[in-house]
Amino acid sequence: MANLRDIKRRITGIRNTSKITQAMKLVAAAKLRRAQDAIISARPYAAELRGLMAHLLSRVDKASLPAWFEREQVNGVLIVVVTADRGLCGSFNTNIIKAATNRIHNTYGELYAKGAVKLICVGKRGYQHFVKRDYEVIGKHLGVVNAATLPIAKTIVGEILDGFQNGTYDRVEIIYNEFKSIIQQNLKIETFLPVPAEPEPVIEAGGHRYHEFVDYIVEPSEQALMDYLIPKHLNFFLLRVLLESNAAEQGARMTAMDAATTNAKDLIQSLQLIYNSARQASITKEILEIVGGAEALRATN
Amino acid sequence: MSKAYDLKIITPDRVVFEGKVQSLTCPGTEGRFQVLYNHAPFLSSLEVGSMDVTLEDGVHVMYAIGGGTAQVFHNAVLVLADTAERSDEIDMARATAARSRAEQRLAAREHGIDIDRARIALMRAVNRLKLGSAS
Repeated sequence: MANLRDIKRRITGIRNTSKITQAMKLVAAAKLRRAQDAIISARPYAAELRGLMAHLLSRVDKASLPAWFEREQVNGVLIVVVTADRGLCGSFNTNIIKAATNRIHNTYGELYAKGAVKLICVGKRGYQHFVKRDYEVIGKHLGVVNAATLPIAKTIVGEILDGFQNGTYDRVEIIYNEFKSIIQQNLKIETFLPVPAEPEPVIEAGGHRYHEFVDYIVEPSEQALMDYLIPKHLNFFLLRVLLESNAAEQGARMTAMDAATTNAKDLIQSLQLIYNSARQASITKEILEIVGGAEALRATN
Repeated sequence: MSKAYDLKIITPDRVVFEGKVQSLTCPGTEGRFQVLYNHAPFLSSLEVGSMDVTLEDGVHVMYAIGGGTAQVFHNAVLVLADTAERSDEIDMARATAARSRAEQRLAAREHGIDIDRARIALMRAVNRLKLGSAS
């Protein structure tokens, strides 16, 4: 029978842990709300910008803007890995790391062998993982996912564009968790650059404004407007990714901490049972000993 | 009195304005332009500057905008701005601080600072101060 004091100590320990996980769950819930609000308030802009981009893309001559579109040969790839800065959020980080590793070794295995796959890590978890394993991490952004703003997104995009424009890589992909619902994150691998030549069909609100046969008067020119819009589109793309990832992280943490709290409660309950029966057993033993002692005394008298 | 049409001003973090207006004057890349009822389809990039809006009831409102695009189609105008504030919601203290910071950056000319970015920051701050003090 386990020692009474040991069991008591374990129960106290687990109870303290469950208090922490419970608090973390509440904090994550509050942060999730804020993160969701940020996504929702960014949506109108996203929809309209996408509509505008799609419209211009369908009209503009892509050969006149070589800086942004598909290159004939892909000699290098950059993968932007968006993870969280902290753990304790279930499989949130591991899923990303697994997907990124898989992408590097399977899809871009040949390039990787030539040392032409670079990484930019947003979030400490992914950064630590890939640096430790000697991947070529050319950029890191720690402590930004939970407070993403447009200026932050701009800095990261600037870094990405540097290498894209000087030809270090010809393709940029971004791996992140999309916020689906509180309990569900979708792992997404999206092409960041080159800008897709065929725009996605526009379903959202912005779409109805664009009619292929309307001749807009365009100032300064379609090319110049495109050159102006694409960086904006990229900045906003990255901002959206960071916002999604943040909301997904808080959701994942909330679920993970909720599960941890439930587990702790179950554990406490079963330990309490063991503790009770151990306590009873020891009392019974003591009574038996006293009775046995008293019997022995009476026998001698 | 001219007829009113729909105007929407949207920034990455919020919808700044949505409603009927009579007139809108924007700082376009190729010069300021005014949009009235029945304007032809039009797309333009915008510079840092002020945007004058005449509301349906004839009231004038000014917005400080930090670049963006404007799009006119069938009596609906959509302004996608990087930043936009109505002149009476401009934070003067913040703008003043931003101006001196940008000026310092430009004066120092240190290696590795982004001159263009500092210049745009300065333009935005000056623009905000100008509009803010006018209101």
